[in-house]
Amino acid sequence: MFESLTQRVSKIFSGLSRPGKLSEANMDEGLAEIRSALLEADVHFRVATDLIARVREKAAGQDVLKSVSAGQMLVKIFHDELVDMMAAEGEPFAFERGRPTIILLAGLQGSGKTTTCAKLALHLRDEHRRKPLMVAADVQRPAAVDQLRTLGAANDVPVFHVAGEPPEKLATLALKEAAATGRDTILIDTAGRLHIDEELMQELGRVRANVTPDVTFLVCDAMTGQDAVRSASAFKETLPLDGVILTKLDGDSRGGAALSVRHVTGAPVRFVGVGEKVTDLQEFHADRLVSRILGMGDVVTLVEKAQGVLDEEQAEEQMKRMLDNRFSLDDFLGQLKALKKMGSMRDLMSHLPGMPDVDPDAIDDKALDKTQAVMLSMTPDERKRPELIDLSRKRRIAKGSGTTVKAVDGLLKQFQQMQQMMKKLKKGGLMSRLAGRFMGGGMGLGSMGDMLPEGEAGVPGMPGMQGAGAPARPGAGVDRRKARKAERQRRKKGRRRR
Amino acid sequence: MIGKLFKGLKKTREALASGVRKLLGRGTLDDATLDELEELLYTSDLGPAATQLVDAIRTGFKQGELKTSDDVLPFMRTRLLEMMGGASAPIDVSAHKPHIVLVVGVNGSGKTTSIAKLAGLLRNEGRRVMLAACDTFRAAAVEQLTIWAERLDVPIIKRETGANPSGLAFDAAEAALKEDVDVLLVDTAGRLHTQKNLMVELVKIARVLGKCVPGAPHEVLLILDGTTGQNAINQAREFKQAVDVTGLMVSKLDGTARGGAVVSIREQLGLPVHFIGLGETVDDIERFDPEAFADALFERV
Ligand SMILES: Nc1nc2c(ncn2[C@@H]2O[C@H](COP(=O)(O)OP(=O)(O)OP(=O)(O)O)[C@@H](O)[C@H]2O)c(=O)[nH]1
Ligand SMILES: Nc1nc2c(ncn2[C@@H]2O[C@H](COP(=O)(O)OP(=O)(O)OP(=O)(O)O)[C@@H](O)[C@H]2O)c(=O)[nH]1
Ligand SMILES: [Mg+2]
Ligand SMILES: [Mg+2]
Repeated sequence: MFESLTQRVSKIFSGLSRPGKLSEANMDEGLAEIRSALLEADVHFRVATDLIARVREKAAGQDVLKSVSAGQMLVKIFHDELVDMMAAEGEPFAFERGRPTIILLAGLQGSGKTTTCAKLALHLRDEHRRKPLMVAADVQRPAAVDQLRTLGAANDVPVFHVAGEPPEKLATLALKEAAATGRDTILIDTAGRLHIDEELMQELGRVRANVTPDVTFLVCDAMTGQDAVRSASAFKETLPLDGVILTKLDGDSRGGAALSVRHVTGAPVRFVGVGEKVTDLQEFHADRLVSRILGMGDVVTLVEKAQGVLDEEQAEEQMKRMLDNRFSLDDFLGQLKALKKMGSMRDLMSHLPGMPDVDPDAIDDKALDKTQAVMLSMTPDERKRPELIDLSRKRRIAKGSGTTVKAVDGLLKQFQQMQQMMKKLKKGGLMSRLAGRFMGGGMGLGSMGDMLPEGEAGVPGMPGMQGAGAPARPGAGVDRRKARKAERQRRKKGRRRR
Repeated sequence: MIGKLFKGLKKTREALASGVRKLLGRGTLDDATLDELEELLYTSDLGPAATQLVDAIRTGFKQGELKTSDDVLPFMRTRLLEMMGGASAPIDVSAHKPHIVLVVGVNGSGKTTSIAKLAGLLRNEGRRVMLAACDTFRAAAVEQLTIWAERLDVPIIKRETGANPSGLAFDAAEAALKEDVDVLLVDTAGRLHTQKNLMVELVKIARVLGKCVPGAPHEVLLILDGTTGQNAINQAREFKQAVDVTGLMVSKLDGTARGGAVVSIREQLGLPVHFIGLGETVDDIERFDPEAFADALFERV
């Protein structure tokens, strides 16, 4: 009866991204659709409504209606808003010298506390070189202690328990045990409890009062529905929560409860559980979860990011300037900046469609930084007319950019080569091909490799990208352009369909 | 029935009924009121069923079926009961001997505890019950069920952790035949419905049971965590497809969760709810009654 969330969201997105079509009215409509998509993802009704209101305000302030790619912008604003909201600051743990770090795990029945306790112990031992001690403080559930002991034994992590003692006492005793056995990190597994069970909630309060945990995690099942809001805020009232661990994310739940929990407790998600094995713990990535909730993959995010940076107008203008031999160091700098805005090149290239012949390993982010620094140390005049740059200017530029005169020379030489190549291309009648490539949208960069005359490896004028471009096969340019365009369209379509 | 269910759903009933009454107390039924009604329904995890109900109310109002706002609660109740398909035939364990019940569900939904509750219920009815600890995977799962078996004083068939679950299922079915047991309750490891290989393992367990006792498993009970949201529908669909689930038990309804997802499950997949779980002890089980469920949600004004 309900279309799948992804179908719906994609439909909204494609509908909204038709240029010029967005009006106040269909922003309403679009946002209402997004809201029901959130509901299907188990985001709490109120939280969804709040988020929509917030985004509406933001979008209005940003003149969404006037922008060409208004639909994308609206989506992006929404996506960014969620990522902002879910992002965690700082580190999940703060270890102090000279005293043990105490970690408390709490949550509803069956959410995954005991399993997560073992996962965290291993994480702390293997990634942070800590010496964990697990405390079996669940005196409710049959065989809860056995369960933790089995996990401890299988993974060489000691487990502390004294039969007959209440949880708050066990926690206190565990401190002594840790001191006596040289353990520096104490993880306390507690019984599952309902937030309305006053007695058991008070018990948690007593555990906390006795040992003052450094970090208290709420362990939350990713499949939880609307009730997440009620339970999480009740836990928050008893225990100051430092973080949330979202379990069972290996299934097909959307995980919208995480938004609700973050919204009402303010506690960031720190880790996610992605399986039953003790190694199935991952650090939390806000963008991944948001994509999951919205039904967009990481790739889409990256593509949109890339597309958003170098807009078509700019690309077109640059192409014209190149062809007119007016491509200046300023344009070059603009291109570099755009590249850098997209984040780590390596990361980006490995995700981007339409760049099949760029080997990500051949890209050196540092070299790009250096090149940019050199150009930034030039005056605007110098960038417009590089011939002005004499030795004393070179010295100044080198000093300003923290490089050497040789590096400045190198850059100028590469720029010269680049301009010469433009001339060559012009003479060789490759103009139309080039134009087509740039007009085809996308970014100038992926096409750089194709621009090279046969046999010439490397991208001149793109320091740090030596060897990155494959040499073009003469006559193959048009076909490849077509192929690329088709590929882009396929991806676009695929994105909608997904 | 009413006592425990109402205890379990008391908070629900109070929250919702008072919310509804407050809303409807205004006397007028306008769009804003309907929107708020929708919120109340959505927060019960009714999901698509919430939209349906609100649409039905809107239509009913337009067509004059709903004249005053006082008509809304009974109207919603009737519609909800229609969606639930009325009361389902209760499980009849005397139909076969041994009557084999395979218990399945995602991780931590309450399978093992629910088995203990069912065993207690059946034993109190004077039936001979046996348990099979076919969760040979999770740490101390066998120990957990063993403790319940001891507390209830019912026999349990088990092997060490790591043993083949279908092999154990066969042994258990044989033992149930030999020892003239009325009901064999088979616990299984929690698994997410998206894990293909684990679902195949479950199919194997079911098949092996049928080899030993023709027609078995006679019941495949899916245990749903009552706090689960819309993913419950996926769970029900996938488990049903793999092992032909015959009915549900909804656990953890003693909190503030309303378990509203079962309405869509009943409507879309035709799966009835047989029992609900209302706590962590063996006595915290009730047979499910749709009328009481609806009353608990929409108390008559
Ligand atoms: N698929 C999957 N299963 C998980 C994950 N985390 C825990 N589980 C499983 O969920 C079930 C419950 O986990 P436990 O660690 O026992 O949960 P708990 O919160 O300690 O339960 P109580 O102590 O009874 O409240 C077990 O079957 C675990 O193996 C996860 O990230 N993915
Ligand atoms: N409050 C409450 N807790 C319940 C109910 N049913 C089960 N539990 C608790 O939920 C937790 C998980 O229950 P189990 O019976 O171990 O769940 P399971 O499905 O067998 O778990 P796995 O075998 O690990 O997949 C335990 O702490 C139970 O005590 C219920 O109806 N209400
Ligand atoms: Mg536990
Ligand atoms: Mg179990």
